[in-house]
Amino acid sequence: MGTRYALGAAINAGLRAAMARDEKVLVMGEDIAALGGVFRVTDGLAAEFGTDRVVDTPLAESGIVGTAIGLALRGYRPVCEIQFDGFVYPAFDQIVSQLAKMRARSQGRLSLPIVIRIPVGGGIGAVEHHSESNEAYFAHTAGLRVVSCSNPDDAFHMIQQAIASDDPVIFYEPKRRYWDKGEVLDEPSRSLHEAAVLREGTDCTLVAHGPTVATALAAADAAREDGFSVGVVDLRTISPLDVPTLRKVAAASHRVVVVHEASTFLGIGAEIAATITEECFYDLEAPVLRVGAYNLPYPPAHMEDDFLPDVDRVLEAVDASLSF
Amino acid sequence: MAVHPTMLAADPMPGTSEGTSSVTTISPLATLLAAQQTDPTSTPPFQLVDEHGDLTAAGREVGVDLDLAKDLHADMVLARRLDQEGLALQRQGELHLWLMAWGQEAAQVGSVRALQLSDRVFPSYREHAVALCRGISPADIMRQWRGVAHSGWDPAESNVHINSLVLGTQTLHATGYATGVRLDRSDEVVMTYFGDGAASQGDVNEAFNWAAAGGLPVVFFCQNNQWAISTPTATQMRTPLHVRAAGFGLAGYHVDGNDVLAVHAVTQHAVARVRAGEGPALIEAQTYRLAGHSSSDDPKRYRTDDELAGWQAKDPIVRLERLLRSSGVDDTYFDELQAREEAFAAEVREQCKTLHGDDLAVVFDHTYAEPHPVMESERAQHVARRDRTVA
Ligand SMILES: Cc1ncc(C[n+]2csc(CCOP(=O)(O)OP(=O)(O)O)c2C)c(N)n1
Ligand SMILES: [Mg+2]
Repeated sequence: MGTRYALGAAINAGLRAAMARDEKVLVMGEDIAALGGVFRVTDGLAAEFGTDRVVDTPLAESGIVGTAIGLALRGYRPVCEIQFDGFVYPAFDQIVSQLAKMRARSQGRLSLPIVIRIPVGGGIGAVEHHSESNEAYFAHTAGLRVVSCSNPDDAFHMIQQAIASDDPVIFYEPKRRYWDKGEVLDEPSRSLHEAAVLREGTDCTLVAHGPTVATALAAADAAREDGFSVGVVDLRTISPLDVPTLRKVAAASHRVVVVHEASTFLGIGAEIAATITEECFYDLEAPVLRVGAYNLPYPPAHMEDDFLPDVDRVLEAVDASLSF
Repeated sequence: MAVHPTMLAADPMPGTSEGTSSVTTISPLATLLAAQQTDPTSTPPFQLVDEHGDLTAAGREVGVDLDLAKDLHADMVLARRLDQEGLALQRQGELHLWLMAWGQEAAQVGSVRALQLSDRVFPSYREHAVALCRGISPADIMRQWRGVAHSGWDPAESNVHINSLVLGTQTLHATGYATGVRLDRSDEVVMTYFGDGAASQGDVNEAFNWAAAGGLPVVFFCQNNQWAISTPTATQMRTPLHVRAAGFGLAGYHVDGNDVLAVHAVTQHAVARVRAGEGPALIEAQTYRLAGHSSSDDPKRYRTDDELAGWQAKDPIVRLERLLRSSGVDDTYFDELQAREEAFAAEVREQCKTLHGDDLAVVFDHTYAEPHPVMESERAQHVARRDRTVA
C-alpha cells in the first residue's frame, strides 16, 4: 500500500530517493537550496544532501544548462530546475543545440544524462511568463526526451526514471496540480515512455497530458452522464510518443480528441492527429480533433479562463466528433 | 563636484596576491608576467548624507539644495505609501501580486530625477518609484499586478518603457534604443534599471559590452538590493559591479543607494558625461529590499532578523527626514506632506478598484499589426463561445 503525497511533495520524495541511490545525482537551479524552490519542490534537500549537491546557481538559465552539460561530461547526473516555464528560453541554445545534439555530434561517444525540470502551464493567476506550455519546442528537437506527469504516483516514479535515463529528459510538472494529493505506490506501474489508459471508451477517447488530464477525466464523466463511453489516455510521454497505445485506443473508440494547454498550431495535438490518421485511417469515424489554448501569447490572468481549454470546450469537441 | 568614475582610479596591478605567491617566488616566468592582474578592489559607495542623517565631508563640500531635498523626500514618501497600499490591496485580494520596493526609494527617485523627461527609461519590474516620478498613475502601475493587462502604461506618454519580467532583457533593448538615439544625432540619454541577480544573465553582460564597444549613450543602473529572491549577491558574483564596469569599458560608479542626494548627484554626473558623448556608464547603488521579494515571498526562510535590522537603520526616508529637520525644515512641511500622502493613499485604493480587465477578444486584436487569418477565425470562435455562455 502506498503513501499519500501532493504532486510537488512526490517529486521531492523522488529526487530524495534518486540522490540517496546515486551520489552522482545533484540538483541545481535558482533559489532551490535555502528556499527549497519557489514551489518548495526541493525543500529539505540541501539540509539532507548538502549544498555541494543541492546548488543555488547564479541567476542565468543558459548557465544552468550549460554548466550541467559540463558536469555530465565529468560523470555527474544533474537535475536542473527552471523556475518557471517562461524562463527557459535564455537556455534555448544550450538545450537545443548543445544538450540535444552532443551524443550525435560525438558519434555516440558522449552521453548527457541531464534532467531539466520545468513547472508548466497556467491557471494559477500568475503574471506574464509564468504560465506557458512550451513542450512542442523541445519535442520538436531530436535528441531530447520529453515527459509530462499528471499525478503524484507518476511524479514520484517518473522523476527517478528520468534521472536514470542516459539521455537528456525535459521533465514537465503541472504547476497548478502541485498541491493535488494522490497515492504513491512503492513500485512504478510502467516505464517512462508508456502512456496510461486511465479509462477505456468505445465512443471516443480523450488524449491529454499534465494539467489537462484532470480536465479530460471530468469531461469523460460528464459525457458518461449523457450516455457516451469516453475513454481517457494520460500521454505521460510526449517524445517519444507511445504510438502503440494511441493506435489501440483509436481502433477501440474510432474517435480521438487531443486536449492540451498549449496553443494548437504545430502543437503536440497536431502530431498525434497526424500519427493516428496515418496509422489508423480506416479505424476512424471522424477526424482527430484538437482542443488547446487559442493561438495567442498567454494572456493576462484575468482572461486565462477564457483562454485555456476547459471541460466545456472538451465536450464541444467530443460532440463535434460524435456528430461528424 | 568631486565624483569620479572608479575606472579612472582603477590601476592595473602586477600579480602579487597571496594565492599565487608560491608560483611567483619560484617561477622566473612570474616576474615576466607583469600584466597579470590581481582581483580589482572595490571602492566605498559615495555618500553625501550618512546613516544618521548628517552630512559627510563630501556632503559639506557639495552642500545641500534644500528644495531639491524636499522634492526627493516627498517622492520617496509617496512611493513608500504606494507600496503599503499595494501590499494591503494584495492581501485583500484586489491585486494578484505586488513587488515591494521598500527601502529602494532613494535609489529609484534619486536616479530618475537626475534625468530629463526626454530621456527614455527601460525599467525592470520593481520601479514604481521611478514610474510615479514620471507621472504614471497608480492605476497604470497596478494594472499588471491586478492581472488585467501585461503592461500598464503607454511609453509614448511617460517615456518609460513597459516592465520587463524576463530578467535583464531590457538592458539590450535600452542599448538598441541608444543606438537609435545616436543615429538620430540626438543628445538623449537612455537609462535602464536591473538587479544584482539579473546582472548574472548573459543579456546584461552582452549589453554592457555592446554599449561600451559602440560608445552608446546608456546608463546602466543596478539596484544592488543584496538579494535575488533567496539568493545573496555573493552567489551571483565575485567582482562588484562597479568594478566589473571597468573591464567592459564602462564608467563605473558606486553610490550609497539609500542616500537620495548622493544617488542624484552621481547620476547627474554620469548622465552629463554620457550626454556629452563620453560613452556609457554603470552605476551600482547599494540598497536593500526591506520587504520580501513579492507578496508571496517569506524572507524569513533565508535571511536573518539582524541583517534586516541593520538595513532598517539605514532607511533612506528616515535619514533624509533627519537631515531636513536639522536643516530647519519645520512641521508645516511634514504636516502638509502627511495630508498629501493620505489623499494619495485614498486615490490609490480608489484607482485600483476601477481597474477592470478587457475581454480576451482584445488580445486577438493586439497580437499582430496586420490582419492574420488565425486571429480572425479564433477570435470569432471565442466570441461565439463567450456569447453562448453569457446567454
Ligand atoms: C530569466 C528569468 N529567470 C528567472 C526569473 C524569476 N525571477 C524573478 S525575480 C528573480 C530575482 C531577481 O533578482 P534581482 O535581479 O536582484 O532583482 P530584485 O528582485 O532583487 O529587484 C527571479 C529569479 C525571471 N523573472 N527571469
Ligand atoms: Mg536584487
